[in-house]
Amino acid sequence: MTDIWVVTLGLLLLFVILAMVRLWLGPTAPDRVVALDAVNTITVCGIIVFGVAFNETVYVDVAIVYALLSFVGTLWLAKYIGGDL
Amino acid sequence: MAADLLVTIFLGLGLLAAGLGVVGILRFPDVYTRLHAETKMTTCGAIFICIAVIITEAGVYLTTGDVQYAVLGLHTVLALAALIFTNAIGAHAIGRAAYRSGVRPDPAVVDRLKGVDMDD
Repeated sequence: MTDIWVVTLGLLLLFVILAMVRLWLGPTAPDRVVALDAVNTITVCGIIVFGVAFNETVYVDVAIVYALLSFVGTLWLAKYIGGDL
Repeated sequence: MAADLLVTIFLGLGLLAAGLGVVGILRFPDVYTRLHAETKMTTCGAIFICIAVIITEAGVYLTTGDVQYAVLGLHTVLALAALIFTNAIGAHAIGRAAYRSGVRPDPAVVDRLKGVDMDD
């Protein structure tokens, strides 16, 4: 069963790299924020899959904290772009 | 065996959704369509991948009786709940900030937010 999780991890890593292409190219600042949000969401999934593949509960706790921190970061970037700061 | 097949199907669906979201980010023409593809499809992928994780951990817990696997499944439920709520709110904030920063929909003919007071 472990190899399924490793293949999933590899594909999620590929998706993160593809989203980083848009993060690099993005013509405007909101494009980059959208790409960063995609990178964060897929990274949370990757951390959870990593924790299952190696039977570590701590990684899933780290994933919860990472999800909340990425949400705060996205809100802060949105406030900055929208001109509220 | 049935649980293994179910886990494989849910992982495939989740990876398909996440991959379609990333393709949408790369291919769509402007910010709002990219936001649409990204938020919906990566959240959908996260839901399916977390469901696969929960099914796996429930199966292992029911066969071995080790509490560690049940704890892993429950924490995955928590992570999934955090991800679902925060993704929706974050997408709303990004769209509003993009409109207020002066980025307009690229191929659009009708702009229904033009006369709206966006300051409150």
